[in-house]
Amino acid sequence: MKAGIVRFPGSNCDEDAYRAVVDILGQDAVYLWHKDHDLQGADLIILPGGFSYGDYLRAGAIARFSPIMREVVAFARRGGPILAICNGFQIACEAGLLPGALLRNASLRFVSAPVHLRVESIGTRFTSQYHVDQVLRVPIAHGDGRYTADADTLERLEGEGHVVFRYVDAHGAPTLDANPNGSQRNIAGIVNAAGNVLGMMPHPERAMERALGSTDGIALFSSVFDSLLSGVPA
Amino acid sequence: MTAVQSRPGDPEITAALVAEHGITTFEYERLVSMLGRVPTFTELGVVSALWSEHCSYKHSRPMLKTLPTKAPWVLQGPGENAGVISVGDGWAVAFKIESHNHPSAVEPYQGAATGVGGILRDVFTMGARPVALLNSLRFGPLTSSRVRWLFAGVVKGIGDYGNCVGVPTVGGEVVFDPSYEGNPLVNAMCVGLMREEELMLAVASGVGNPIMAVGARTGRDGIHGASFASEDLSAESEAKRPMVQVGDPFTEKLLLEASLELIRSGHIVAIQDMGAAGLTSSSAEMAERGDVGVTIDVTKVPVRESGMTPYEILLSESQERMLVVAKQGHEQQVRDILERWDLEAAVIGEVIAEPVYRVTEGERVVAEFPGSRLVTECPQYVLEGRESSALKAARERDPHAVEPLAEERDHAWTLERLLASPTIASKAWVWQQYDSTVRTSTVRGPGSDAAVVRLHGTDKAIALCIDGNGRHVALSPRNGGRAAVCEAARNVACTGARPRAVTNNLNFGNPKKPEVYFQLQEAIAGMGEACTILETPVTGGNVSLYNENPQGAIHPTPTIGMVGVLESLTHLTPSAFQAADDQIVLLGEPTTELGASEYLLAIHGLTIGAPPHCDPFAERRLIDTLLEAIAAGCVCSAHDCSDGGLAVALAECAISERDRRFGFSVDLSAWSSLPHRALLFGEAHGRIVVSSKDAAQVLRIAEQRGVPARVIGVVTDPMTGAHFTISHDTFSAPIDWLARAFHEAIPTVMDGTTPAEHVIAASHVPLTD
Repeated sequence: MKAGIVRFPGSNCDEDAYRAVVDILGQDAVYLWHKDHDLQGADLIILPGGFSYGDYLRAGAIARFSPIMREVVAFARRGGPILAICNGFQIACEAGLLPGALLRNASLRFVSAPVHLRVESIGTRFTSQYHVDQVLRVPIAHGDGRYTADADTLERLEGEGHVVFRYVDAHGAPTLDANPNGSQRNIAGIVNAAGNVLGMMPHPERAMERALGSTDGIALFSSVFDSLLSGVPA
Repeated sequence: MTAVQSRPGDPEITAALVAEHGITTFEYERLVSMLGRVPTFTELGVVSALWSEHCSYKHSRPMLKTLPTKAPWVLQGPGENAGVISVGDGWAVAFKIESHNHPSAVEPYQGAATGVGGILRDVFTMGARPVALLNSLRFGPLTSSRVRWLFAGVVKGIGDYGNCVGVPTVGGEVVFDPSYEGNPLVNAMCVGLMREEELMLAVASGVGNPIMAVGARTGRDGIHGASFASEDLSAESEAKRPMVQVGDPFTEKLLLEASLELIRSGHIVAIQDMGAAGLTSSSAEMAERGDVGVTIDVTKVPVRESGMTPYEILLSESQERMLVVAKQGHEQQVRDILERWDLEAAVIGEVIAEPVYRVTEGERVVAEFPGSRLVTECPQYVLEGRESSALKAARERDPHAVEPLAEERDHAWTLERLLASPTIASKAWVWQQYDSTVRTSTVRGPGSDAAVVRLHGTDKAIALCIDGNGRHVALSPRNGGRAAVCEAARNVACTGARPRAVTNNLNFGNPKKPEVYFQLQEAIAGMGEACTILETPVTGGNVSLYNENPQGAIHPTPTIGMVGVLESLTHLTPSAFQAADDQIVLLGEPTTELGASEYLLAIHGLTIGAPPHCDPFAERRLIDTLLEAIAAGCVCSAHDCSDGGLAVALAECAISERDRRFGFSVDLSAWSSLPHRALLFGEAHGRIVVSSKDAAQVLRIAEQRGVPARVIGVVTDPMTGAHFTISHDTFSAPIDWLARAFHEAIPTVMDGTTPAEHVIAASHVPLTD
């Protein structure tokens, strides 16, 4: 199975995503250039972190107009799986693949730290190898990560089990202190209604090895690749 | 050859104009005799930049030449954009440090950001991919609201730039001291990785090869930045804010990718950052290194505003620009690569055989210098140094005569207060604003003795740190120079890595003052001694002089960027304690020394006494001992003793990790005859706190190498607290109490509602929940 990792000008977690897929998972990966229209037969699209177009105007606002994004959106409509991390999450929201928006952190500062996440839903193709309420340790590094949506959207996300990850403390409690950016309801990651697009601010690709302090990201990547191998429909 | 013409509208060359350009009468005469005529306005500008202290090192070069620069692993020493060492298996590391002190003093955000941008370019122009950033910062006390503004701005500037480019900021140091109140220091270090064969030098060659400007367009920002950095700060400095360049990290990221692609493509022969003094210095230096001539037509330089004069185009320090010498006939391929990254490339000149440096504006020659003499004719000054009598007197004061405060009867009070001193306290507030984990290579990030960055696909890693202690250098410059190198080496060794090479940033006052010149001479001599003994040659660096403002000069502050090599990640060693019941061993020995300590400054407001003696031979034995013990597998953690002394080092081992703490119990009775303040808080060199499950083996290795070592205690559960015994003098402190002082001091000052002076100057007031 092959992941297509989109390279926007300013992407900087593209190589990390590549290493996660190829070195750790042993799967194939290709880089997809933002000016191209060809997804090169990728089975999974990764929108990596970084500062696409320098975050000018608004994080993700310009990247959504890249030529490659037309194909990515079409791929998503066909039910293809998309993993949108950090800046990728911002782009996915701007492109309408996911509801809501990521605003400037409540502290108004960039925040880089390992955080705890609670797995809220294992019914997605990205999280099937976790167990319910499992607490993960995964790094974050962002300035615009405060997830925000209107009340109806939040209710729908919660009601339909589309909140996938929540910021929690080490014991699994979604406290105010455990929320690094002021996200509504401590939301760290969501899926779309069809379940094929996951957006998350934390970086699972940085939590793949003991040497880096955590291996909690592996199950996410292996969940989605297993779903591809077993032909799970979107 | 056309005669050089001055342009209509150029000001007349007068004594006042020459002086305004920072050129002395002596230097002006030298210029006139080199040219055989009066210079044009454009030429005057070029010379003012190239002969500025910042570009020419005219006061420091003779001294810098005494530093050791060679070792079998050094692939490129001083004189290039960055130094390069081999780390084995065909891998090489390029690294360099640079200051952005003056710009940061007037415009902290852009000043610091562009400092990061410049040092990144210095590294990737060597062909190396930047893999780590570090920084060394100095500010006045945080009780000043202006200092808090500078501190917050600098940190945000560094973070925003490095984060966007996607290079992790993995370590650094921040020191607060009244001597930096009006003149903060911002030193940034970048480390890059490449295959040895990818090394690229900035040497122009090949007559007929086109010279190309690449990257961002040239604007009017930063004109005379190099000259501004070569004079004292003053009340007028604020007015020079427009001289500060403005950074764009997004363009930098594109330029980084494009430059690495260009270098690998084989279409170019040389590449150099247009940094300080912009187009002028990059082109003149490349020509000088290649011993060829160059001609540049300023009308071909892509500009972002109209009506720019040759003077402005040559001296602009607009950021994110490169000068490239392409292979003749490969211009289009160069343009294609740049275009792929949405950047521009324009042919602006040519390498010529005639040994001249010529600038034209279309047909008109506006500046012409005889070959490399433009660079080599810059005078070098060797002055007379003399020790400051005030500093000598301060050194000669006896720190033991300082009357302890009543509160100091409880050493726990002193310890807690030192842990809350911003120089010692946790800098998590700072480094949480830096992306330290991007590139998935950071195996030890900020907060460790040194950062460790692994080399993908190997079992190796490099250890990196920056260290310097201006107070020690002020009170004893030669010893302080040695100590800066030794402390950096110790920090690198604490991770399990062998220290290999040094880049240095010399931050000093006005060298024309004999007292400052003396400090430079002595500190450089001390650094050289230590680098020779530790076999860590200097591969490059930066000199920042004129760090003075009307309140006086800063402490002389050489900062040492050290690179070490960890042969196997299995030897990676943490600085914090790892398990209860591990034994605590002190390598090295406490002394009576208390001078120049953070204790004296934080508790008594004093910078006095002789700094602790630094013996590089003893440091070498210490490092060899530690590395042997680590290789033998008998070291669980290792942490260097520096600011705050042994008591602070022990506390840091117990509390530095936010969510994994320990207690400890130590018995220092073996040294009960020493003054207890010196034993606990003195900053004697050559000491490392080690925790071990096999202390006997650590002691055995130390004994064989002639290093004093002693088991001083045991790591315990955090609930049992920190216990110290010095014969009949015992004291304890709850771990939570120490941890709160250490972790909350800076956030409380920067974000809290408590006035700063209550946190820093009166931290003994219990911080309530």
